[in-house]
Amino acid sequence: MKITAYIAKRLFYSIFVLLGLSMFIFTLSRVVPGDPARLALGPLAPQWAVDQLREKLHLNDPLPVQYVIWLMNALRGDLGESIVSKRPVSQDVLTFFPASFELVMFSTIISVPLAILIGALAGRRANSIFDNIVRVFSYVGIAVPTFVWAVLALFLFGYLWKVLPIMGQLSVGIRRPPVRTGMMSIDALLAGRWDAFVDHLKHMILPALCMSVGRIAQEARLLRAGIIENLKKDYIVAAISYGIPERRVMMTYLLKPSLIPMVSIMALDLASSMGGSFIIETIFNWPGFGRYGMWAMLNKDLNAVVASVMIVGIFFALFNILVDVIIAYLDPRIRVMERAS
Amino acid sequence: MNEQLIEIHDLYVNYKIYEGILKVLNGVEFRVGVKEKVGLIGESGCGKTTTMRSVMRILADNAIVPKGSILYKGRDILKMSEEEIQRIRRESISMIFQDPTAALNPVFTVGDQLMDVIKYSTKENLTKEEMKERAIKVLKEVALPDPERILKNYPIMLSGGMRQRICIAMALVSANELLIADEPGTNLDVTIQDQILRLIGRLVEERGTSIILISHALGTVKGLVDRVYVMYAGNMVEVAPTKELFSEPIHPYTIGLFKTVPKLTGGGIPEAIKGRIPDYINPPQGCRFFPRCEHAMPICKKEKPSLKSVGGGHEVACFLYE
Amino acid sequence: MKSIGSLLSEDQRESLKRNWHKFSTNPLSIVGLITVLTITFMAIFSPWIAPYPQSWGRWIDFSQASLPPSWKHPCGTDIYGRDILSRIMFGFRYDLLMAVCILAMVVPSGTFLGLVAGYYHGTWIDTVIMRITDIFLAIPSLVLALAICALLEPSLFNSMMAVSLLWWPWYSRLAYSLTSSIRNEYFVQAAELIGANPLYIMFREILPNCLSPIFTKMTLDVGWVILIGSTLSFVGLGAQEPMPALGNMVAVGSKYMPDYWWMTIFPALAIAFTILGFNLLGDGIRDLLAVEEI
Repeated sequence: MKITAYIAKRLFYSIFVLLGLSMFIFTLSRVVPGDPARLALGPLAPQWAVDQLREKLHLNDPLPVQYVIWLMNALRGDLGESIVSKRPVSQDVLTFFPASFELVMFSTIISVPLAILIGALAGRRANSIFDNIVRVFSYVGIAVPTFVWAVLALFLFGYLWKVLPIMGQLSVGIRRPPVRTGMMSIDALLAGRWDAFVDHLKHMILPALCMSVGRIAQEARLLRAGIIENLKKDYIVAAISYGIPERRVMMTYLLKPSLIPMVSIMALDLASSMGGSFIIETIFNWPGFGRYGMWAMLNKDLNAVVASVMIVGIFFALFNILVDVIIAYLDPRIRVMERAS
Repeated sequence: MNEQLIEIHDLYVNYKIYEGILKVLNGVEFRVGVKEKVGLIGESGCGKTTTMRSVMRILADNAIVPKGSILYKGRDILKMSEEEIQRIRRESISMIFQDPTAALNPVFTVGDQLMDVIKYSTKENLTKEEMKERAIKVLKEVALPDPERILKNYPIMLSGGMRQRICIAMALVSANELLIADEPGTNLDVTIQDQILRLIGRLVEERGTSIILISHALGTVKGLVDRVYVMYAGNMVEVAPTKELFSEPIHPYTIGLFKTVPKLTGGGIPEAIKGRIPDYINPPQGCRFFPRCEHAMPICKKEKPSLKSVGGGHEVACFLYE
Repeated sequence: MKSIGSLLSEDQRESLKRNWHKFSTNPLSIVGLITVLTITFMAIFSPWIAPYPQSWGRWIDFSQASLPPSWKHPCGTDIYGRDILSRIMFGFRYDLLMAVCILAMVVPSGTFLGLVAGYYHGTWIDTVIMRITDIFLAIPSLVLALAICALLEPSLFNSMMAVSLLWWPWYSRLAYSLTSSIRNEYFVQAAELIGANPLYIMFREILPNCLSPIFTKMTLDVGWVILIGSTLSFVGLGAQEPMPALGNMVAVGSKYMPDYWWMTIFPALAIAFTILGFNLLGDGIRDLLAVEEI
């Protein structure tokens, strides 16, 4: 089976799952207590205006009809209007999404190498002091919720040790670079604004770290376990007995198979980062999609809530496929099995 | 007698596990001469692999060597620096592992692994092409068809017999003086196993290296080696030239071992040696075989017999012959 | 009545003993066990052991407001003069109650669906159940929980419903994979051959063999459920003030950082210890029951 065919198959399947998800969340958004039209217009609007809006939003039609209308519109890129921003939701998504994507990617870029480094060292020196510190860290890292890290970071860096900025994307006094991609670090580079780039990176460090503590802990732990398990394998002993230097055995023969379990949970971890971004962006006042989604949820902005869920779902599906492709690359056993099926 | 290549003297190896300390090797004595072909037989779990792994210094992390020496051309392997042992692994001694499936890394191609072994086996700076040429050459030596394709394959795509041949090829690259073959082909069906053994025999003959052939089956070593060691529970109990051992075994354990071999002429199920291999945490004092021995004497429970010559290169560790 | 010990075979008892030894020699498991026991004790007996039981609700005493930690108030007081240590003890109560309720809803239903789907492996029943499962696993649970909570009215009960709604698929999936493999064992096939009722086979032949992984997952999940629940209450979509849920206390306290740091830090630590304790215990139990990997 060709890798493209495999991806196509997975994409095709994801579409069905996402349709199911949209049905669920759409239905939920329509059957909850409260009239969506009334919610949109507020309690002071006259009844005739509410009735008019109900007609316009097809709220008097049966639910399946409403869903089909919503779906047709969504496929054309029309996700309805946001109550809070009074703009089309799709426009809001386009505005806010890049900043979130940037943050999640940045947290991935710092967390994966860190996790590999920590996990590999701990696994290699199992039961050493370093390993025990890592084990405790991984338990704590997994156990402490994102928002607790964020609150602690605000406390430490906001008040005790003011070396890193804690709010927003840029310091006061630095002009925002012109928006091109919406990812400010890239925008700053495109505009040749080195000052803005550095300042922006500094602003990303704390939210990205808080978002990724759990991931680093989880991934390091899996890598450690993988290394300890594979270290006992005959092929490692064999490689040593053929006179291949230990360094090379550890860096390639041991690391590659040990990375597989870690990589296979990376989609899940990326997704949990996206979930975490809802909390983190709200706390750190990061003008991204997570803060927007959180805002929509707290204000019962139905269209925006449905849209946020679907966007996260789509990205989750894409990450999953991406990770499966990486795994297939790392592990020939899976490739062979796929071919056989 | 010709020059000695490996001399193991009074080797003890213990393993630390959750239940306590496994005292596996119990004063092993073993010698291989230059260009000599030696067999090592014994039940599963009697310490054959542990002995050979100590020679390569690739024992598991929980292994301890409290006592003993392993001389390679007169120098103790156990006391060598990392560089020295590394040089021996690269240039002199190599091992074919018991289970070829486990000994090949599943996530690298055969070519990647074989070429890596070739790269480090020589001081020359080889180009990629030269390494590939050598890899193909060695794969041809082990009679693998279509080596070009095999280099690009992952181990999982190959049959058990092919994997075993690849393991032999990898071992051959660095076995210029001694090849240790740990039960080669045990997991394969008999015809393939036979082919593998013939192949190893031919290669050793052609290259003029020594070989240690480990097996739990008596028949496999018979046609291939000059001398056979019999091992029981961490001790060498008997050693003799192959013909003599097969015609005139004298240690009670060896005699019992020969009785267990099914005969083509029929005659019912062969007799087994009663009891089983001792518990290594609390091994019997004295001779480790006495609980299963028909001829056990009071002294067997107290003292450990050592290998004594009975003439003609035939040695036995048993008080019956002292 | 027979003791549990005599129900097990010699070998099982031996392996249990061995595993208990492994469990008890792992200091982390013991720390987990002690933490969980302490927290559970405080949760159950909070009305009697909390130093200021009246701090539970809308109690106001401005003479005691915003006091830093002292002997009288080891964790300080909040802006209404309520003792934070007492509120943390009550907070354990709500968080544990939430976890127990959620798991009580989720484990039986999820397991049942997974069992049925696994038993009818390859039929339309399997397809329907497992595709629905996939839908709920198609999005990070936190986001879905936030969305469901937001669409319903924010309250402790609704946040429990939301978490339950997205948690059962994990148990379906676990039970499904266990059942699908046990289904092909000879003892199941034998029961089928003699014409046993499918329900009998599912519950008496297959289910007992799935219990230890499910139980292990349950202990590991208590921590996760508390994590998600406290996050919901932190953003204001879970338990509402004055109910002393831990996430809620962190959120309210964080408005008064850094001057009144104790209002945030102690509840935050309480959450961390609770989840940590359950994770450590869960890992220990996984070793104890020798469950491979969940």
